[in-house]
Amino acid sequence: MALLEVRDLSVVFQRKGEEPFRAVDGVSFDVEPGQTVGLVGESGCGKSVTSLAIMGLLPKRGVTITGSVSYDGTDLLKLSDKEMRDRRGRDLGMVFQDPLSSLNPVVPIGLQVTEVLERHRGMARKEAMVEAKTLLDKVGIPDPNRRLKEYPHQLSGGMRQRALIAIALACRPKLLIADEPTTALDVTIQAQILTLMKELVHDLGTALVMITHDLGVVAGLCDEVNVLYGGKVVEKAMRHKLFAEPRHPYTHGLLASIPRLDAPRGEKLTPIKGSVADNIPWSQGCAFAPRCPNALDVCTRETPAEEAQLGRLLRCHNPVVPGTPAAEEVSV
Amino acid sequence: MLRYTIRRLIQLVGVVLVLSLLLFAWLRVLPGGPVSALLGERATPESREALTKQLGLDQPIFVQYFKFLGRAATGDFGVSTGVQPGDSALEIFLQRFPATLELSFFAILIAILVGVPLGYIAAKRRGSWFDNVSVVGSLIGVAVPVFFLAYVLKGVASSALGLPSSGRQDAIDATRVTGFFTLDGMITGEWDATLNALEHLILPAIALATIPFAVIFRITRAAVLDVLDEDFVRTAESKGLTAPVIRRRHVLRNAMLPVVTTIGLQTGALLSGAVLTEKVFSFSGVGEALAIGFERRDYPVLLLLIIMATIVYVVVNLLVDLSYALIDPRIRTR
Repeated sequence: MALLEVRDLSVVFQRKGEEPFRAVDGVSFDVEPGQTVGLVGESGCGKSVTSLAIMGLLPKRGVTITGSVSYDGTDLLKLSDKEMRDRRGRDLGMVFQDPLSSLNPVVPIGLQVTEVLERHRGMARKEAMVEAKTLLDKVGIPDPNRRLKEYPHQLSGGMRQRALIAIALACRPKLLIADEPTTALDVTIQAQILTLMKELVHDLGTALVMITHDLGVVAGLCDEVNVLYGGKVVEKAMRHKLFAEPRHPYTHGLLASIPRLDAPRGEKLTPIKGSVADNIPWSQGCAFAPRCPNALDVCTRETPAEEAQLGRLLRCHNPVVPGTPAAEEVSV
Repeated sequence: MLRYTIRRLIQLVGVVLVLSLLLFAWLRVLPGGPVSALLGERATPESREALTKQLGLDQPIFVQYFKFLGRAATGDFGVSTGVQPGDSALEIFLQRFPATLELSFFAILIAILVGVPLGYIAAKRRGSWFDNVSVVGSLIGVAVPVFFLAYVLKGVASSALGLPSSGRQDAIDATRVTGFFTLDGMITGEWDATLNALEHLILPAIALATIPFAVIFRITRAAVLDVLDEDFVRTAESKGLTAPVIRRRHVLRNAMLPVVTTIGLQTGALLSGAVLTEKVFSFSGVGEALAIGFERRDYPVLLLLIIMATIVYVVVNLLVDLSYALIDPRIRTR
């Protein structure tokens, strides 16, 4: 049995006087213990909402969540507020996008680490401080004793994200969710943070759900990749397979749009045309159809079904023919 | 921090000097004057002239001002002509200041103890009936004139609740130590005196608390709403922390900064409120003396009390500024 089984997860936002908005639309995926799974897509594809739904961090009012999120056999969506509170930070940890705004500016780093140890591992403040020092050490923060007393604004961006990773992993959760953990960082720091996360999840045997729009991150980190579009998984495959042979036109477009250093000078980038605003509802066909170079008539009439192929799930009426040139794997 | 404090205190000296000059002039522009107030409309010109001379008001205004400054430097702020004729202005201030301080302290205490929790709950339940009712209630709190509420409390609540509605204490045998009646009883062990003083404080303190309460409530609500949207609150939730820890450590601590500023600014409003409240409840504090002083054109008392009020206001706001550093480490380490 997988550690995390997300089945047919849907999240609908309903505001007074507005049309309900289906941010996540029947998403299913598994995460095996110790495995790293990527959720990839551009802004607004529902990847962050998916992660917040798993963590139970979506607001209660105006949000309807259906489907199931089973962790070690327990459906997290059926747990009470209190039960979920007991699990967050202990069984599931999360790292967010912007490390500066994700840390409390008026509380020392030390307390922000120890509070989670005190809460879930029943440690006293003193004991927790010793453990916090070890944790900061482990995530590569130099001079941890000094840093524990400092405040977030006194740390560099990379160090803040390291501290947040230490916090998320403090109680050795079996699952870590990282929502664009490197987006707010400098490129050089990005690579360091990714390497750190890779090492840590490997050493601790933590499963990782990596949410990103950056295929470079996927290439360096993920075992399996789910490509999301308009709230649905449009393609799912092991990383190598997906990079070598993208079948969904959206995946293909994402890979083709990566700028390459070895491209001839003056060659134009190949973006995916249009924007998420052009989407049509899934009920009327394929949401991606208006932007799709492969679109057929059927694409705006019939919703494509999810089809299982050899080691791959695909939701497309007219997939890309294997062999169409795409970007090579970039590694971190 | 120390240099900053000293600079602010030096600024205060300048503020006081300028203010004293302006006040000196303004008071004399007011129609009437101590002579008419003391002698009435029908006094003979001779007696008016004699009194004018006696009070030194026949001299040019700048001469009066410099004489005042010279005496003030030695601690002599003149003699009251109207509030308590014959007493020195300083004596009147020292005698009445503890009363106003006591009243203001309880008023701001009530305002904080009610305003902050209500503001937090309203923000947390934004859009609920609780939120709507308290927002409207706070609007009423700001809109209702203090003296009106004071009269309502005096007339209705005091008889309904059996609370005293005038004075600071009944004529009981109480030892005076500090001039703070609630404190004196605690020091000497005369608990009945403390209790009696508290009973006298309740209604005027509530009347005085309404405006600061309403403002503190609204600022807390707005600040908490802002903080609840912050990423670090979501991080705190993702750690599974208990609700009280998130509330105290992560939400309120960050929301307190604007609230503390407001509390500082409200001390100014408190003083103008105290004039009306003390008058209605015959609470013999600085506010009541100011009200009487204006009626009777008691120049020395008005001058001293208004300057002291300014000093208190500036010092409180200095303390507020200094307290930022305690709350916000980003200011401390700058």
